[in-house]
Amino acid sequence: MSRYFRPQSLDEALRALSSAGLNILAGGTDFYPARVGSTVDEDILDITALDELRGLQETEQGFRIGALTTWSDIITAKLPAYFDCLKLAARELGGVQIQNAATIVGNICNASPAADGVPPLLSLGAEVEVARADSRRIVPLDQFITGNRRTGREPGELVTAIHVPRWSASARSHFLKLGARKYLVISIAMVSGVVEPDAEGVIARCGFAVGSCSAVAQRLSDLERALTGEALGGELSARVGPAHLAMLAPLTDVRGTADYRVDAALALVRRTIRVLAGE
Amino acid sequence: MDAIAFSVNGVARSVTAHPASRLSDVLRDHLGLTGTKVGCNAGDCGACTVLIDGKQVCACLTAVAQVAGRRIVTVEGLADDRRFARLQQSFHVHGAAQCGICSPGMLTAAADLLARNAKPTEADVCGALGGVLCRCTGYRKIVEAVLAAADSGLEPEPLTTGRAVGRRVPKPDGLAKLTGAERYAADEFPADALWLRVVRSPHVRARFSVGDLAPLRQAHPGLEDVITAADVPENSFGIFPDYKEQPVLAEGETRFRGEAVAALVGNYETVTRIADHELPIRWEPLAPRSTMDDALANRGEPIHADRPDNVLIHGRVVKGDVDMGLARAEFAAEGEFDTAYVEHAYIELEAGWAERVGDRIRIFACTQTPYMDRDEVARVLAIEPGRVHIVPSAVGGAFGGKLDVSVQPLLAVAAWKLGRPVRTVYTRPESMASTTKRHPARMRARLACDRAGRLMAADFSGDFNTGAYASWGSTVANRVPIHASGPYFVPHVRAVTRAVYTNGPIAGAFRGFGVPQSTIVHEALIDELAERAGIDRLEFRHRNALRAGQPTATGQVLKASCGLVQCLEALRPLWRRAVADCDAFNRDQPPLGPSRGLRRGVGVGCMWYGIGNTVIANPSAMRVSLRKDGRFLLYNGAVDIGQGSNTILVQIVADALGVPMDQVGYVMGDTDLTEDAGKTSASRQTFVSGNAARLAGLDLRQRLLRRLEVGEDAVLGVENGELVAIDGGRRSAIPLGYLPADGRGDIDVGHGSFNPPTVPLDTDGQGEPYATYAFGAQVAEVEVDLELGTTRLLKITAAHDVGRAINPTQVEGQIHGGIAQGIGMALMEEYHAGKTENLHDYLIPTFGDVPPIEVILIEDREPLGPHGAKGVGEPALIPTAPAIFGAIRHATGVTVRQAPATPDRLRAAILAMQR
Repeated sequence: MSRYFRPQSLDEALRALSSAGLNILAGGTDFYPARVGSTVDEDILDITALDELRGLQETEQGFRIGALTTWSDIITAKLPAYFDCLKLAARELGGVQIQNAATIVGNICNASPAADGVPPLLSLGAEVEVARADSRRIVPLDQFITGNRRTGREPGELVTAIHVPRWSASARSHFLKLGARKYLVISIAMVSGVVEPDAEGVIARCGFAVGSCSAVAQRLSDLERALTGEALGGELSARVGPAHLAMLAPLTDVRGTADYRVDAALALVRRTIRVLAGE
Repeated sequence: MDAIAFSVNGVARSVTAHPASRLSDVLRDHLGLTGTKVGCNAGDCGACTVLIDGKQVCACLTAVAQVAGRRIVTVEGLADDRRFARLQQSFHVHGAAQCGICSPGMLTAAADLLARNAKPTEADVCGALGGVLCRCTGYRKIVEAVLAAADSGLEPEPLTTGRAVGRRVPKPDGLAKLTGAERYAADEFPADALWLRVVRSPHVRARFSVGDLAPLRQAHPGLEDVITAADVPENSFGIFPDYKEQPVLAEGETRFRGEAVAALVGNYETVTRIADHELPIRWEPLAPRSTMDDALANRGEPIHADRPDNVLIHGRVVKGDVDMGLARAEFAAEGEFDTAYVEHAYIELEAGWAERVGDRIRIFACTQTPYMDRDEVARVLAIEPGRVHIVPSAVGGAFGGKLDVSVQPLLAVAAWKLGRPVRTVYTRPESMASTTKRHPARMRARLACDRAGRLMAADFSGDFNTGAYASWGSTVANRVPIHASGPYFVPHVRAVTRAVYTNGPIAGAFRGFGVPQSTIVHEALIDELAERAGIDRLEFRHRNALRAGQPTATGQVLKASCGLVQCLEALRPLWRRAVADCDAFNRDQPPLGPSRGLRRGVGVGCMWYGIGNTVIANPSAMRVSLRKDGRFLLYNGAVDIGQGSNTILVQIVADALGVPMDQVGYVMGDTDLTEDAGKTSASRQTFVSGNAARLAGLDLRQRLLRRLEVGEDAVLGVENGELVAIDGGRRSAIPLGYLPADGRGDIDVGHGSFNPPTVPLDTDGQGEPYATYAFGAQVAEVEVDLELGTTRLLKITAAHDVGRAINPTQVEGQIHGGIAQGIGMALMEEYHAGKTENLHDYLIPTFGDVPPIEVILIEDREPLGPHGAKGVGEPALIPTAPAIFGAIRHATGVTVRQAPATPDRLRAAILAMQR
């Protein structure tokens, strides 16, 4: 019979985590699907009673999304326009039942190549707050997820929050998910983009990321460099070429061929830019 | 184990359970609230949706520890809130529940929505309910029901007066499905039942041997027994007498991934905790014949020793002289087409329980065919059929997938051997891996017409992958050639088929028995022919549509109820509007280029379908009684799998007796109580069992009128404990207490039976294989995103000749649901063994994938049918994919040659065409 801890305080949770190998359970939306037809027999740390991990706060640097923040919380939260990419992803992640239970941090820690939350957070430049009994560290998201279902979370560590840096008020974002049906779909490809125009409408800063086209969602750094300093509008989307997506390494699977994925990702990047540039 | 306290439906509860137990299991197993359904245990289907503190959540993904101190509302508690009671009533009236297995999830999700948003839009409804899958309804009536509940609701038509046939009466079993009271296969079992878990082959093809099982049993005290092939008295079953080849538990060799090799029986915790690799099984993988090419290459050992060429059966229909017809034709079109394995994906998992009762065995399980189950179980146990008692559960969707036995022989063998009740519920991956699929097909055809666009010849050949065992492969191979030249008059036809064994999943019966696949072929080629002949696609079909008096491919001359022409004429105005709309839309689009562009298209698909078995006798027998309590009872051997026979048959019986529908009850499918009404398949229950029920009702009426000594036209009824008839002005009555009843409580019993008249086919497939045929045509309007290869459906309009709609709401429901499955087959559904054994990798349409549907009912009465009715279950699905593919071709120029037309395939075809 497995042991089940549901502590009331973070300290208690971190102490338990440091002394024993525990499986962390929050929304359960990845935990239970991995155990269809079998009985739970590992020891579990249920973090859902840790009220300190709840909620979304504005900080000096930006926003802190607590580890128990659900996708529904994101949808209903009042956030600046540059969070639209995350809100759009939230609406397309499972059904409302899943959005009500699943946490953003769980999505990151599960580290699926098709995790809907990762491209928006990558494009926003998010960082991951990781705690252990005696210390705390902040890791950029693109370094935290290390592979297909692999992260840099070490034994004894708990992800306590995600930090999204502040963008200027002019920043806006968009997200596009491509799947073979409307709801409840694992994406074939998805794209998130954030742009921050200056007063003259020139892109001062931007972030783009593509998911489901590599073991880990990829930031399009070349594209970000190419677009920075360009004026929003005109035919900006036509400037995007296959070379900007060269770091993608998609697989052929039941959802689509590798060639199709790259082709579709390119189309989605162009569309995202068209929306952001008002083309 | 901890005590966990929370409130359910307003009542404080405390359960002692492991804190990580799924809330769904606690609700069902600890609290007996089986209204919450489990369809996947993975958050993919939403059937288990409940409200926690007012928010919809999947109970299967919620640790019970997490609901401590919180308020839970399940389907059983919805009626406590007036708004939600109105929602249930609205579902009932709108026919929003068919099988009902998804209804608890739909209702709770809708309750969440209505509590937040009193005036939702259609988009709000789809968004809020989008996490719940339904396989029966096509979602449209659910959307209508939620919107109407938010509005004002709707009163049902009263059941207490007037004639029932032709009216939109709600289902007699509808409310039970909407309150959680209905008992599906997993909802009923004795507390002391042992659990059975099947151990399945991880290999596609392998030899294996089972070693000494004693150490395993010693290591696990909760393990009562391990059942293997050696425990099965007669280890073979199969649909037809000639193909009893599938073992209950494999013996020495497994032929597909997921085949059953052993069954662990014991307490649930023990048998689910034992890992498969703990069993002493030595596997020796063999080279599989994975594809039809592998199998037909005929190298190495055949899949079954007695079928050296790996061919199960050949089908053949030949009429006239095809080569001459082709030679003389002006225009011809030809092509090769492939379709995929398609999974039934009913939301109810296979489940049930069995117990030995003296020298008999009793089995409660979900099924489409209790009498075939009875005979299969009797064979496997080597006992007489009369010693097997099948009690069908309510069925949560089937579509052909519950025509083959699944859990029944396994449970029977274990319960028979152990003398204790044994139960099981398949997991979703197990259900998908082990049960039947739609046959993948590879088909080639050539169609030709004269200068005026009159069809001259059809030459069709098709191979159908039947997988590892025969199942219904011979039915597919025999039905397809009859239908392969389409619902048209074609003077010269040659249609040949093979059902081919492979080591793939077993392909069996699935809504249409191969005809949905072959219809894709003739409809695509008709579009090409029409283009070549310079004739509008709908008019080309109208010109060639089979009319009464013309012979079919098998030389059968239909005398009546041949309504394709009427269907096409009803669609004609809409078709012209749709074609003009598409042209206007496409004119306004930027020029075609590889990087952008939307294109709209419209397509039409036509179908026909023989109702009932192909030639083989398929009688149905029904009894109707007057009970000593004054009610009427239909002893109904036909299983309602959600399609609505429990409603239709009661409507027909009520009118035959001349009494209000609410005075007629029924028992369903119990083999000790009913007579054999055949299987619920081949769209036959309305036509065949409807006739039997009508005759039984008329027979009982005659008997009662004779008792009362009144004439034929008398009005019959039961009032104040008396059987009463009013004949003209004369009233005749007998107190029920004066009428003796038999041991069952029946005062008088009427009998009826019907077997559709057919004429056997000769060696050229000529004859009269069916007594009647359904016809239909659908128009699909689509928008293709050329850059992504995605297809968005704008509208589907369906015209079906059903003979007579006994219940228009249910007929529309069947059409909506068939269209939804046709959409899946056209655009997304493709089963791959070992890769898509769940409902997130295997995609079926969701709320957002079914567009508005307009249904046009054509009622060209069938003289042989009850009140002129035929059937609609399968016909509804058949023209959908062809209509969508026609629309895609109209939009893009691409002929879809491989179904489904997934985005990657369509994009590749668009790019290939542009090069």
